[in-house]
Amino acid sequence: MSAQEGLVLGKIYSAEPDARRTPPRGRFSLGKWLLPVYSALALAFLLIPIVYTIVFSFNAQTGKSNIAWSGFTLANWSGVCAEQDVCAAFGTSILIGLVSTIAATILGTMIAIALVRYRFPFRSAVSLLIFLPMATPEVVMGAGLAAQFLSAGIPKGIGTIIIAHTLFCLSFVVVTVKARAASLDPALEEAGRDLYGSPSQVFRLITLPLLLPGILAAALLSFSLSFDDFIITYFNSGTVQTFPTYIYISAQRGIPAQANVIASAVFLIAIAIVVISQIVTQSRQKRLNAVR
Amino acid sequence: MTPQNSFADSGADLELTGISKRFPGFTAIENLDLTIPAGSFFALLGPSGCGKTTTLRLVAGLEEPTTGQILIGGKDLTRTKPYQRPVNTVFQSYALFPHMTVLDNVAFGLKRRRMSDPIGKAHEALRLVELDHLAGRKPQQLSGGQQQRVALARAVVNRPALLLLDEPLGALDLKLRRQMQLELKTIQNEVGLTFVHVTHDQEEAMTMADTVAVMNKGRIEQMGAPEDLYELPHTAFVANFLGQSNLFTGPVSSSTSNSISVEVGGRRIVVPKDRAQVHDGTVTIGVRPEKLTLLTAAPANDSGENVIGPGRVIDVSFSGVSTQYVVAVPGVGDIIVFAQNMVFGPVVEVGAEVWMSWTVDHGFGLSDSPELVSAGA
Amino acid sequence: MAITAFGAGGGPAAAVDAAPKRRSWVALFLLLPGILYLVLFFIVPLVSLIITSLETQSPDGAFAYGFQWQNYVDSVGTFGTQIWRSFFFAILATVIALLFSYPLAYFIGVKARRWPLLQSFMLILVVAPFFISFLLRTLAWKTILSDDGPVVSALKGLSLLGPQAHITGEPIAVVFGLTYNFIPFMCLPIYTTLERLDIRYLEASSDLYAGGWATFRKVTIPLSLPGIVSGTLLTFIPAAGDYVNASQDFLGGTSSTMIGNVIQSNFLVQENYPVAAALSIVLMFVILVVVSVYVKRSGTDDLL
Repeated sequence: MSAQEGLVLGKIYSAEPDARRTPPRGRFSLGKWLLPVYSALALAFLLIPIVYTIVFSFNAQTGKSNIAWSGFTLANWSGVCAEQDVCAAFGTSILIGLVSTIAATILGTMIAIALVRYRFPFRSAVSLLIFLPMATPEVVMGAGLAAQFLSAGIPKGIGTIIIAHTLFCLSFVVVTVKARAASLDPALEEAGRDLYGSPSQVFRLITLPLLLPGILAAALLSFSLSFDDFIITYFNSGTVQTFPTYIYISAQRGIPAQANVIASAVFLIAIAIVVISQIVTQSRQKRLNAVR
Repeated sequence: MTPQNSFADSGADLELTGISKRFPGFTAIENLDLTIPAGSFFALLGPSGCGKTTTLRLVAGLEEPTTGQILIGGKDLTRTKPYQRPVNTVFQSYALFPHMTVLDNVAFGLKRRRMSDPIGKAHEALRLVELDHLAGRKPQQLSGGQQQRVALARAVVNRPALLLLDEPLGALDLKLRRQMQLELKTIQNEVGLTFVHVTHDQEEAMTMADTVAVMNKGRIEQMGAPEDLYELPHTAFVANFLGQSNLFTGPVSSSTSNSISVEVGGRRIVVPKDRAQVHDGTVTIGVRPEKLTLLTAAPANDSGENVIGPGRVIDVSFSGVSTQYVVAVPGVGDIIVFAQNMVFGPVVEVGAEVWMSWTVDHGFGLSDSPELVSAGA
Repeated sequence: MAITAFGAGGGPAAAVDAAPKRRSWVALFLLLPGILYLVLFFIVPLVSLIITSLETQSPDGAFAYGFQWQNYVDSVGTFGTQIWRSFFFAILATVIALLFSYPLAYFIGVKARRWPLLQSFMLILVVAPFFISFLLRTLAWKTILSDDGPVVSALKGLSLLGPQAHITGEPIAVVFGLTYNFIPFMCLPIYTTLERLDIRYLEASSDLYAGGWATFRKVTIPLSLPGIVSGTLLTFIPAAGDYVNASQDFLGGTSSTMIGNVIQSNFLVQENYPVAAALSIVLMFVILVVVSVYVKRSGTDDLL
């Protein structure tokens, strides 16, 4: 999966409530049934490989490859780590995801606050520097880093992967947190200072709690990007296997059903997080409206 | 005394001397001198962009002046940080912290200053604005008027020497605004603090404040009690920004020991010297529309009255309490007349020939002319 | 400002520029670590990529610094087909994804407003592919589209496909994979702008004698243009540099190799670094040119 999906995911995670007008019934329809039927079919199409992957996580796999259906079993789920390489790769991916998420979130949040709240020279150069990684194809970024590690004599491994992941997550953290910071009324921090809060108190008691939803969204986004990245990782991983590189390498000889189990589990957890955050946002919105 | 951990006993004087504030590209305030006496309700009135909000931010410490000094209660606080000043602000957007309850918002300042019993004091302040029953709510769950009152309580609870209000009623609808104007005034009387209120609403400034300063283009045009500003404006800007005025420009043709006569459209208009800023050369004089009387026949000469006309009524608009007439006078221009609706329907119709008269003592002479100043709304 | 480019309309960001800003050393402290990181691991690698692309190879196989412009001429000459093919595939996938996504985004963003629950549900389904491994979902398509898979047998049964024909390994499968994988990137930004579209504009348009189609063409499309631009960029850039879909272990074959595959194999397999570096620089350069021309022409350069 490409890093560019960042913003898009950021929007889903942060799930900002909004107030729009509802269209009146029956105005400007592109054919009453055409659009809903098309949309349903389009969504069904998008789900085909997901359903396939989940279904085949229950396949009683016979040979090396998990292509032909040979009966239902729960064995793959109960014995995920029977295929040791899968589990090891998964663990590596989690570790890399956590470390790079923390690093990218801290660095990116700092930049985002500076961009929104401070004046400084070379502002547009800084903006460009943050934009460019998002407009750079992953092969180029991966090859560039690999070339640098090569010429600097740094051996590839978990460290180089973390450096690479932090890099491509950084820009997305900046954009996500910046959007949140920009939507905050600067008068809130001024009110904090006016009400006898010292700069550090204002940051701790006002700025940080208000930015938290944005920071959290950015962190979740970073983790998803890092966890599923393949292209940049492959250039900088050396002999280390992450979950995606494991799949890429096994693709030739066949992928064990345990890989499907892990992907399915990750999918279900992520969807659960999204659904819960949507429900929480919507019910909070409802409560606010009800009180008013 | 440090403002950090004690309440101000009462409001304090605010003194600004030689204040200028320049931003890259423009000057917001130019050499401003201003003294606001302790315990007063002071309004800074002006159109948007006149520098009034910047002045407030300078006093709050949210901006630093380019030149000049800010003294509060005689102490120089020009370079003091906002959180070290005995000053609190009611922000235009209220700036209530959305992640805290109403009570925590109000107690915020007290806790920062480590005052005793912040929660009790916060409840007390909420009772003052009659919102104690909503202490546990989040600000988003309150109506605009309630949020406004919480913002007020959050500032007042700190007993600042100076309370700054930045267009605090701007976001409320007309009816609520009238109600809050009265409430604010009552609260100011109760707590005895010095209030500095920034607004672009001339009616609001005049209803609420003891003293109004009219600001324009980074300078104070005129300062005084609302009645004085209205009855005796010194500049064309004030004459037009506070209510409406009929202004005439002409040369001073003669002058006595206590009045000047000005040539306007072939007539001589008399203005008392003590009501005129300039006594010779070409001057601009004016009179408020409601001071004019419409006459359907040329009046007899009376030394105590000024007369202008004849002119033709070109527009009549009825607004309930009064009727506004626009009269075109050749050589003078359009003159506005407000007449109380004492009789049923308008006194004259469009097209009628009329004269207008007013008592000499109601006229005023300005220090500038309207051509040089683009007056506000 | 560059950063909002992919943000589809940027939202409230514009309001902030009016806010008073402080100038302080704090800004430097906040910026320095992140900026240093970007310089060290983004700018320096790009420079090192440029240097690598100009290296000469001595007869014994070692690489040395030099100004070997010939590397570019050779790489582009040898792999011209793959470069051309990459951009062709990427443009094709972008256009198909746009045609696929716009009606869907319109339905979710405008029509489904009356049912917020349905709207959220559909939105989650649009992003659902993000959450399953990119490689696994591509492999899933490989199986589904394989010669003994359901699609090929059905098409053969209907005689729409010759008995010897394949889908996987052919360019059509690669374009299909690229399109599928980047549809959510296309759909979400368009949805974001359409969802903010004020219905009153449409009402005003029909009030001013525009029919349904005219309103759509003259009001809806222009107002959703920021979303379309973001979506096409988010699809085009990664699609042009992709090498997973076109890889022979996935959906590609020998006649569908893309520039990403060439860079990858030259860098990681053949260790022919100058060629891989030169091709990377060419790819990045062409993308930057295409993107800036496109953004200028679409009249949305204020997004950048």
